[in-house]
Amino acid sequence: MVAGLGLRRSGRRNAFFFAGAAAIVLWSAGPFLWQLSTSFQLDRALVSPTPSLIPHPFILQHYLNIFSVKHFQFYVLNSCIVAAATTLLCLGLGAAAAYALARLKLRRRFGLLGLILSVSMFPQIAIVGPLYLLASSLGLLDTYLVLVIIYLALGLPLVIWVLFGYFQTIPEELDEAARIDGAGPLRILLLVIVPLSVPCLVTTGLIAFIAAWNEFMFALAMTSTIAHQTVPVGIANFTNLYYVPWGDIAAASVVVTLPLVLLVLFFQRRIIEGLTQGAVKE
Amino acid sequence: MSRVAAAGGAITRAPPAFAIIRTRRIDWPPLLLLLPTAISLGSVCVYPILGGLWLSLHNTMLATRENRFVGWLNYRTLAADPDFWSAWRHTLEFTAVSTLAETVIGLGMALLLVEWFHGRGLVRAAMLIPWAMPTVVTSKMFGWLFDGQNGLVNWMLRSLHLIGGNIDWYGSPNTALGTIVIADVWKTTPFMALLLLAGLQTIPGSLLEAARIDGAGAWQAFWRVRLPMLTPILLIAAMFRALDAFRIFDLVYVLTGGGPADSTEVLSTLTYKTLFSALEFGYGSALATAMFATEAAIALCFGILIAQSLRRQER
Repeated sequence: MVAGLGLRRSGRRNAFFFAGAAAIVLWSAGPFLWQLSTSFQLDRALVSPTPSLIPHPFILQHYLNIFSVKHFQFYVLNSCIVAAATTLLCLGLGAAAAYALARLKLRRRFGLLGLILSVSMFPQIAIVGPLYLLASSLGLLDTYLVLVIIYLALGLPLVIWVLFGYFQTIPEELDEAARIDGAGPLRILLLVIVPLSVPCLVTTGLIAFIAAWNEFMFALAMTSTIAHQTVPVGIANFTNLYYVPWGDIAAASVVVTLPLVLLVLFFQRRIIEGLTQGAVKE
Repeated sequence: MSRVAAAGGAITRAPPAFAIIRTRRIDWPPLLLLLPTAISLGSVCVYPILGGLWLSLHNTMLATRENRFVGWLNYRTLAADPDFWSAWRHTLEFTAVSTLAETVIGLGMALLLVEWFHGRGLVRAAMLIPWAMPTVVTSKMFGWLFDGQNGLVNWMLRSLHLIGGNIDWYGSPNTALGTIVIADVWKTTPFMALLLLAGLQTIPGSLLEAARIDGAGAWQAFWRVRLPMLTPILLIAAMFRALDAFRIFDLVYVLTGGGPADSTEVLSTLTYKTLFSALEFGYGSALATAMFATEAAIALCFGILIAQSLRRQER
């Protein structure tokens, strides 16, 4: 850990760092808090000359609106189904691939890993046209399946990368022992590696879930009705003819962001470890 | 890159004895375990990219059902298309400004957090909020914050007497792209900071201690020890950021739709509209390919810089 310069602490220095840390928290959380406050305010209060952070009066009208008028629950349900299916498949396929890359005798495995990672770097707009034509010819447009298939491929590289890093930290003697007992690769993966990797699988799954939950462009292109459109498409379409319903939008934003924020706050240390492992492993 | 090569070397150094005996047999289990991933990436990523290249040589129009091979015609049209070049310029401007701002501000945050210990968990947790929020929600949120009439930002700036009247942030061609940069900086800087923080924490404390004993102040320690040690990670992080910023779609599409007066039209939104509004799949694919080529050029530039900085560090 870093010692050194940080050890000389004077009062002024402490105050400086405290102010800086407070500024970071305010900058990161402030806009969302304003969104939270907006969601409980009357439209009339929102256009008043002096905005107030504390809702007065405190109303739930916007939340009622988005569910009863805009049927937001359908978008949420669609997103839950798509993101959950994507997450499970990502973890299953990703664990198998990461295990093969991390443990089994495979030539050029770092080349393979690099190839898999490079797939996630090209502009996604480059594949949306041909995929649309393909999905259209297979009759897959406006289905859950097409979104899950696409999100699986978009999520796999990061999942494989994070799991690969984690699997390498598991002592090799453990699967050696299982192999001597006569277990095959699949059994070792399921009975030795997976049980040891539950914390990592949870975090990686969360990262994959958030990515699928937040994706917008493919959902916009591939789905066309409320039967399969996901939350980002629903929110993007939240406009009235004559005015922008900022209160309703804020309520919808809170509904789809708050669960993620709470999960992230809970798992923050592991998420940061998972996401930054590539950059710091020198 | 060198890290991968070095690790690969470590693997091949000690082959288990039985592997030598069985080299002639194909080892099926690893290939079978990789097969689902290969199918997934092959069908959703590799095939469409090749399909897109092929499509860009056609005049495919979904509206008129035209679909003829036209060779390089789309690329010739593209080279003379002012809309393409204007979107290309906006995208590069956006990428350069936002990547630079995110790297510098992120580095500042990371330097602060590396010193600050009490309650660091809370700060880091708060910093993940922008990362976890759907980009569409971020766009709408900034649409409300920067609203031309009742936006909080206008109110704050007016209260501080920094501006006389309301500014129509994303409704005016002069400020729209800047507003999108601010939204992008908000969304991605904290994550950049966490990445750089992880990098700073790998710098041995003994180096900083030595610099201190030699009489270096915090400022000198930063320029002489921390920054040179951090450069490769800084460049890798900036590269990922730049490649990601270059693809910007959600923020622009939801906040301005490319307007006003095309002042925020970027390559992704232009391509999307060409594909799904004009239904010109042939020309749209040519746009996507041009975008791909530009992105590859950006990656190459960063790749060279990263290789250089790694070599300098090894010396």
